[in-house]
Parts: sequence; C-alpha cells; structure tokens
Amino acid sequence: MYKYNEFDEAFVRERVRQFRTQVERRIDGSLTEEEFRPLRLMNGLYLQLHAYMLRVAIPYGTLNPDQMRQLAMIAERWDRGYGHFTTRQNIQFNWPRLKDVPDILDALADVGMHAIQTSGNCVRNVTADHFAAAAADEIADPRPVAELLREWSTDHPEFQFLPRKFKIAITGSPNDRAVTRAHDIGLRMVRNEAGEPGFEVLVGGGLGRTPMLAQVIRDFLPKADLLPYIEAILGAYNLKGRRDNKYKARIKITVFENGLDAFKADVEERFARLRSQWTGADQEILAEIEAQFAPPAFRNAPVDAYEAFRAGNGVFRAWTDVNLHPHKVDGYAIVSISLKKHGATPGDATADQMRVMADLAERYGHGELRISHEQNVILPHVHKSDLPAVWAALREAELATANIGLVSDIIACPGMDYCALATARSIPIAQQIATRFEELKVEHEVGPLKIKISGCINACGHHHVGHIGILGLDRAGVENYQVTLGGDGTETAAIGEKMGPGFPAEEIVGAVERLVLGYLEVRRDAEETFLEAFRRLGPEPFKGFLYGTEETADAA
Amino acid sequence: MAIIVTDTGFAVDDFPGVIRPLAELGEIQEGDGVEIGPADDPRALVGVLGQVALVRVRFPAFNDGRGFSHARDLRSFGFHGRLRAVGHVLADQYAMARRVGFDEVEIDEGLAARQPEGQWLSRANWRDHYYQGRLRA
Repeated sequence: MYKYNEFDEAFVRERVRQFRTQVERRIDGSLTEEEFRPLRLMNGLYLQLHAYMLRVAIPYGTLNPDQMRQLAMIAERWDRGYGHFTTRQNIQFNWPRLKDVPDILDALADVGMHAIQTSGNCVRNVTADHFAAAAADEIADPRPVAELLREWSTDHPEFQFLPRKFKIAITGSPNDRAVTRAHDIGLRMVRNEAGEPGFEVLVGGGLGRTPMLAQVIRDFLPKADLLPYIEAILGAYNLKGRRDNKYKARIKITVFENGLDAFKADVEERFARLRSQWTGADQEILAEIEAQFAPPAFRNAPVDAYEAFRAGNGVFRAWTDVNLHPHKVDGYAIVSISLKKHGATPGDATADQMRVMADLAERYGHGELRISHEQNVILPHVHKSDLPAVWAALREAELATANIGLVSDIIACPGMDYCALATARSIPIAQQIATRFEELKVEHEVGPLKIKISGCINACGHHHVGHIGILGLDRAGVENYQVTLGGDGTETAAIGEKMGPGFPAEEIVGAVERLVLGYLEVRRDAEETFLEAFRRLGPEPFKGFLYGTEETADAA
Repeated sequence: MAIIVTDTGFAVDDFPGVIRPLAELGEIQEGDGVEIGPADDPRALVGVLGQVALVRVRFPAFNDGRGFSHARDLRSFGFHGRLRAVGHVLADQYAMARRVGFDEVEIDEGLAARQPEGQWLSRANWRDHYYQGRLRA
C-alpha cells in the first residue's frame, strides 16, 4: 500500500496550515463569503441542511487499519460517533463544527489522509476498482496509476477553477466495477497487440440531470502519455466548457455540444504541443509508487476446516455464497462487509464497527481495507481458513448481513435527511425496501439486483445505472418517486429507461415489491437475472407490474 | 492606483509601454503590451509574440479559471516576455498564477486593502510543495 513520503507529508501539513489561515481570514474579513466558499469546498467542507459536512477522501478506496481507526477516533471526538461512506470512495462526517475542522484535517494528516479536492470545481478524488490487486479477473492493479493521478491533480495550478467538478475513475479489469462510463474521464488498463501496457480513454460520461455514457477518445494511449493526455483533455475542457449555466458545465455537455471529433481535435492539438514538457520524471515516480503496491506475503494453508464449517452451518454458508468474490490466489477470498443491514442507513458505520473492521484487517486481512462505491467495506485478502473467525466477529458487530449484490444492498444518497439540494428522502425509502424484502424472505431467490436511489436530479445515488433506479422529486411539496429500469454501471453500461408516473412515498415500496415479484414470474429460469430478463422482455411487462395492470400470481 | 504583486510584495506599475486590447493587434509596435480576456484565443497572438513585451490576462471573476490555461498556452507558444494576471485574483491563487507562468498579478487598491501584502507574501513560496513541478522535472 502507498505510504506518504516526506513530500506528501509536508504537503498536507502545509495545506492544513493554509486552510487554518483561510478560516481566520474569513473571520477577519480578508475573504468574503463568496471567496471563502470555493476554498473551503476544495478542502472538503460543505455547508449542509443542518450543519457543516466534511468529506474525507479515501483515494482509490484503499485504507490501512490505522487509518480506519483514526476515522473512528474523528467520528467520536468531533462528530456523533459514526461516519457515512459515499458512492465515490469518500467518508462524510455530518456534524463537525467549523472551528474544529483544521484540527480534524491535522488528525487526518497524522495517518496520511486528507479532504483535499473532495468538492469544488476541480479534479475530485480518483476512484478505482475496489477489488484491485485481489480479483481473479484483473489485468493490472489500477491503484498506482490512481495514486499518480492523485498527486498530479492535487493543487494543480491550471485546474482549480474549472467550469464544474471533474471525476476520474480507473479499472484494471475488463469487468468494470468502477463505473468508468459514468465518469468525466474513465480509464481502462489494456494492452496493445505488441503487449505493451496502456489505457483505453473514455470521456464525457456523467449522471446528473443529463445522464450520458462516456465515449472512447483514444482506444490505446501508451502508459507514459497518460498525464500529458489527461492534461490536454482538462485544458480543452477548461477553455471550452460552458460557464454560463452550471447545469450545462460538465464535460459531457462540452463533448456533446462540440461533437466528439471536434473536441478530440482540440485535445490532440494540445497534447502534441505539451507532450515535450514531460521528460519522464512522472514515470520514475510511477515506478516508485508501483513498488509500494507489491502484493502481500500470501500464505499457503489447508482449507478443509473452512469447507467443513461451511457444510455444517447454513447461515455461514449463505454469507459465503453472496459476500465472497473469487481471489486471484488459491485459498483466498475477497470479503465484502455489508453496511446495509436491513433497516439501517446504507453506508453508515459506527466508530465501534470501524474499529472491528480495522482489527479484522490487521489480524486476518494483510492489513488492507477497501471502500466500494456501493458503500460497503471490503477485506480484499482473507485466507479461507480464517473466514469462520472473521464471520463470527462481524456477526457480533452486526456486520455479517448476507446481502451483497442483492435487493437490500441498496445505494442511496443522503437525501433530504442531510442534503440541502435534496428534493426527497432517500435513506428511509432504502430502509423500508430492505426491511420489506427481509420480511418476504425472497432476496436470495431473486439474486443479483441493484437498486439505486437518488433524492434529487443530481443523481448522487446513481439511479440512472441501477437495475431499478429510484429518483425522489418534489411534486408541489409532496415527495414523488420516479422509477427507471434497465440501468447498468458495468462494462455493459446502460442508462435506465424512465417508466411512467412516479409514486408517493407510501406507495414506492409496494411498487418495487410488485416489480421484483413480477420478475420472478417471468424470468426464464433462476439463472436469468433481473437485468437480463428486462433486456430480453423489454419494459412492457415490467410497466404492467409497476402500475398493477399485469397481475402476478401471488397478488391475486 | 494599480498594485503589482510579485514574490517580493507590492510595488507600483513600472511597465513603460502601451497596453493594447486584442482588437488593436494590427497596430502593435515593438515593446507594447497586449491584453486578452477569458474568452479570447491566445493563438491569435502567435505571430506577434516576439515583439510583445507584456501580455495582460484579465480575470473578471476569481472563479473563472480560463486565464490559468491562457498563461500556460502563451508560454507553450514560446512567449518569454512579462506575463501579468489582472483583476479579481485572490492571494490564495497567487501560487497557481506563478506556477502556470505568470510573473506578476495586478490588483486594485480595494483588494489590496482587504488582502494586504503579508497574505500574498505568505504564498511567495510557490516553488515548494508543488506536485506538478516534481512530475514534470
């Protein structure tokens, strides 16, 4: 894992010092509120509905146990004892006081963390596949490149005042778990015909009120050209992106309005002009970063006891069936820890739970934790012989819910319970859906199904790429929930199709229930997932379930 | 009166030449300055950059970052003269301005009163803590 060098350490300390003086200068009038706002935002500090919110970056979703324990300490000392993991590999503290924020930032710096550029019109926290360096299907570990991008984007002098925020995601696996096509820039690590490493570069994706999937701007970019090419894209966007209307300011609109070809011509001209400024120092730094991501010392041990325990314990077996993912090393598994206990707030973890996960990572997980964009925590390297002990400890901490990838593993934005932009509540809807399916006892039968809920049109809950997407709107002062179906955030990405009229809060859970039970009726067999059935049958039968025009057998 | 900010603090404007708007490009004489705004294309200056002694890049609003790309571009076109950011630029942006190639920042008396010299001097260490400098070295 990456460990801060002296430069990184000095940088974050200096940045905290600067922010401390910015807070003082706001108070003494040197900075107006308008001037202070972007400065606090680029240090992760928002003003929310009830209080300030501090968004802390977890670059490429990777944490060590000491960092997780520090998050627990911050939650207890300066917040209300919990934190909220977000859909962009950040953690949010919802109740910090402004005067404490510089101290919180210093506490983060103590463990090599920061809140830099988690907000503002700049390059945000770079996200990556949460199964990086562990998944059996991976070509290369994306995290060293993500770290290089973190360093490059941090305090980049040209790109701190872009037309709008800018998000980059990277995957090293053909199975896209990083939602690259919904990002301003998506990077896929590939090899060309000669076997040389490089990137497929995608540009112009995004969700929000105008969802668009990113398009390929370069099908093969040599590895050493990455930073100059990304810089060329950002430069073209900085100059061409619209600044007259914040809803048309993202790069997806710039690419759409200019056309990909014209935008690409601009990028290529800049790239050709600026490439020679890069003489290879970045590649030397990348090589040093790569060395820090060397794999842990995996062990070779028997798994008989695990198999025997699994055969004898149905609850454990159910958990291993859905919460494990194949590891590239024999005898190992990737463990997903669900932060979606039925009825709980998706993505929340208490300080005690954080410490339990940190201890487990230290004792059984080669000292690594990951945060997924699906708001769960991952132990990427656990030997199967340790799984019974890990599971037992998770159960005691109420962290052993066996629902990864199922109906109740819902992504939800904070919604009207916290967010000033929200037009409807998200968390209570997620809680009610999860609780309802727990009562029905059908989620294991239903199988893989991604429900994603956003409490406003800005789509932080990624509803456009949910198999079932739910968008909460305000209709004349009443919350109304619109349903989209068939969205997909993976390598087969698709924007969900909008169904008919929305549902009031008290009817949306029933509508989702009819939809899911209806799917069980029409699927070809137990192997056909909800998304596959939707793609085969089209929206009509599903509309029927939603609006009750097509009766299901049970409903009669 | 305008105040010129450099790494050594506040000073008066000592540029002796005429500063022309981009529209008067045809009348540029050796040693003149020229001014561009955020929406202008600095590529228009490529043919005359050898004669121009100063380019002044306007920042009508501190949160419009186009001027930073203009500075970077002008340097990439081979402009070695004086490069000045003018307008609503914050002390907090001084390091950014220097890093993209500006030599100095021009502010008015109101801004200078609100953000006095010390606040600018505290960012005169812009060569330190500079990730992009390391990556490009």
